[in-house]
Amino acid sequence: MKSKVRESVATALSEIPDGATIMIGGFGRAGQPVELIDALIEQGASDLTIVNNNAGNGETGLAALLAARRVRKIVCSFPRQSDSQVFDGLYRAGLIELELVPQGNLAERIRAAGAGIGAFYTPTGYGTLLAEGKETREIDGRQYVLEYPIRADFALVSALHADPWGNLVYRKTARNFGPIMAAAATTTIAQVDSVVELGALDPEVVVTPGIYVDHVVEVGERPWLRDGAFIGEAAS
Amino acid sequence: MSMGRQELAAVVARDIPEGSYVNLGIGIPTLVGNYLPPGDAVILHTENGMLGMGPAPEPDQVDPDLINAGKQPVTERPGAAYFHHADSFAMMRGGHLDVCVLGAFQVSARGDLANWHTGAPDAIPAVGGAMDLAIGAKQVFVMMDLLTRDGTPKIVADCTYPLTGVGCVDRIYTDRAVFDITPDGLVVRETFGTTVDELRELLGLDLKEQR
Repeated sequence: MKSKVRESVATALSEIPDGATIMIGGFGRAGQPVELIDALIEQGASDLTIVNNNAGNGETGLAALLAARRVRKIVCSFPRQSDSQVFDGLYRAGLIELELVPQGNLAERIRAAGAGIGAFYTPTGYGTLLAEGKETREIDGRQYVLEYPIRADFALVSALHADPWGNLVYRKTARNFGPIMAAAATTTIAQVDSVVELGALDPEVVVTPGIYVDHVVEVGERPWLRDGAFIGEAAS
Repeated sequence: MSMGRQELAAVVARDIPEGSYVNLGIGIPTLVGNYLPPGDAVILHTENGMLGMGPAPEPDQVDPDLINAGKQPVTERPGAAYFHHADSFAMMRGGHLDVCVLGAFQVSARGDLANWHTGAPDAIPAVGGAMDLAIGAKQVFVMMDLLTRDGTPKIVADCTYPLTGVGCVDRIYTDRAVFDITPDGLVVRETFGTTVDELRELLGLDLKEQR
């Protein structure tokens, strides 16, 4: 197996074309691959469809990608927050398309794509606006809604450590969407605080096996992890 | 004398048995955490991938990789576990959580819940985990004021706000009374400074008294 470690974030992102669908890990700031997003802005791909739980916080990371007008559509569960002013402005101006998905359905649709599932019945959302027009079925006396997988061309995820074959471990609640997005995309790019030697990760604790990962780039310890930057910006 | 929010949070906490796995929704339900028995008698779940969530950290111990569903910094209790989002919601949807406590705009007499969207045409909709939480836990508790600020009842025959879930609420804790939603209809479990007759008058709904 050749090493998947790339020398820079720019190298790792070079093949992303205009019009791509990109999953971006993270729940708010936790697990958001900020360095990869900054490089994506620099790289210039546009007309993107982005899949993320939120629609950007503050002015950096995903919010900056939106502000740069590179995103045609966002698929997410919770766009509106106290610090989602960039998305709010674009949405109200009709400059971005929104597909709103209940968070558990979002996660399961992503998981289903990675697992090769054609569709699934879920009780979440039955009888609500978000299930309008969707097929429903009663199974054992309970009502379910048919939901389809969400696939992506690329996934950008953030993890704590990788080995050269792309095995990943995460840190605390920054794991969130990383493992399922890594499996659901054709090409997965992981930024990690540090790359460790082959054999240094205990196989018993690997969370994302390297088979799901194509490119790894070391970014060093994220500076904003220690500077408390996001405190006070948090929202519901 | 109606109940204040803190007092009501204590009432909800009293009804959560030791050994329960519990999800407290964003906002007022979070207050319930302050009144749970000390230690690890109850294990808290947060939708963003953790069981064994602890209280807010000291300011110098904040870790941006360790947050709750409201994206506020939290801590880790001994025995905590992390997992990815699909596992976290499978845990919820699969009926493994014992109790979840949610806020609400309206609850219907049949237990329909409306808590995600006012339906206002200029509102930017955001659902998060609300619909998954509503249908997931073994028992779904709602915690809210009985009336809106302008005095309109929030327990209604039919919700006028967009629904979060159908027939999913088991119990409603309000500042004036606690209601169980049963196959026989609304049952008043406990009152705070009011009577069941006064509640019937106020809500215009058929209410039974707990025997």
